[in-house]
Amino acid sequence: MAKMTIEDLKRIKETTLKATSLRQGDARVKITVHMGTCGIAAGAREVMNALMQEMAEADRQDIRVVTSGCMGMCSSEPNVTVEALDSEPIVYQHMDANRMRQVFRRHALLGEVQTDFALAKM
Amino acid sequence: MRELSLHILDVVENGITAGADGIAIRVEESVPDDRLQITVQDNGRGIPAEKIRSIDDPFITTRTTRRVGLGLSLLAAAARRCGGDIAVSAPPGGGTEVTALFRRSHIDRAPLGDMAATLGMLILGNPHVDFVYVHRLDQNEFSLDTRDLRNQLEDVPLNDPAVIQHITASIRRALSDLAGGDIHATTREDTHGKDDH
Repeated sequence: MAKMTIEDLKRIKETTLKATSLRQGDARVKITVHMGTCGIAAGAREVMNALMQEMAEADRQDIRVVTSGCMGMCSSEPNVTVEALDSEPIVYQHMDANRMRQVFRRHALLGEVQTDFALAKM
Repeated sequence: MRELSLHILDVVENGITAGADGIAIRVEESVPDDRLQITVQDNGRGIPAEKIRSIDDPFITTRTTRRVGLGLSLLAAAARRCGGDIAVSAPPGGGTEVTALFRRSHIDRAPLGDMAATLGMLILGNPHVDFVYVHRLDQNEFSLDTRDLRNQLEDVPLNDPAVIQHITASIRRALSDLAGGDIHATTREDTHGKDDH
């Protein structure tokens, strides 16, 4: 029976543990990927994949990624909401892997709202 | 939907929305019997009996914000298109079980697709939920239980991005081994079978 490679997991555990213990703060940015039926059909998983890679590379513990259901704006899916501390949540529309990378690097990391992709301020 | 793994993602998200903190996914493939069966069980609050009869009607939903629900109707349509069907049961004790059966070789059967991405993202997005995934292809089986992973990881959160990356990659590898090293059996979404090699 195929199993997960436990050895690798242990190695990852050690490196990650060091990194996390240094900064166990509150989240400064929350990124929500909307994953209702509409979002999934429109490509939300691909968006989430890209976000996952960016998160792993950026190694920032103050950014939190969550998923949620449909928010009723199915025609503009995949939608992603970026909510930085002390500023209005921005909903991005028609996201794909590349747009997600840009939004992550510019908005989540640097605080620059990407108005070209924005659907609305909440 | 282009992949069965997207339907699975969708059905599991339903269960989590229904308050589940335990999800069991089974994919059972039999080449000699020409079957592919997907079962998703959750321990959420279930579905009221009067709604379950018309579960694949898109205008039936337990949601109260809107009157349309598409997830299960799409899965039902996908299964029936391939000489199969879906069955949904919700025992009074709680929880829901969705089973979808496909004729495996049917020309209209969507590929299972990137199951590793589906699982990786479910684990990342729902740190409070335990997942069990079992995939059987004839005599071979792959299984994954996030409770085991949590035990191994001890203080490291399971939804740490580096951990998720590793888990996703190793599921992808294991599933491609399961399919006898056939990389097309588990296409990655970002290439969608378009990779040149």
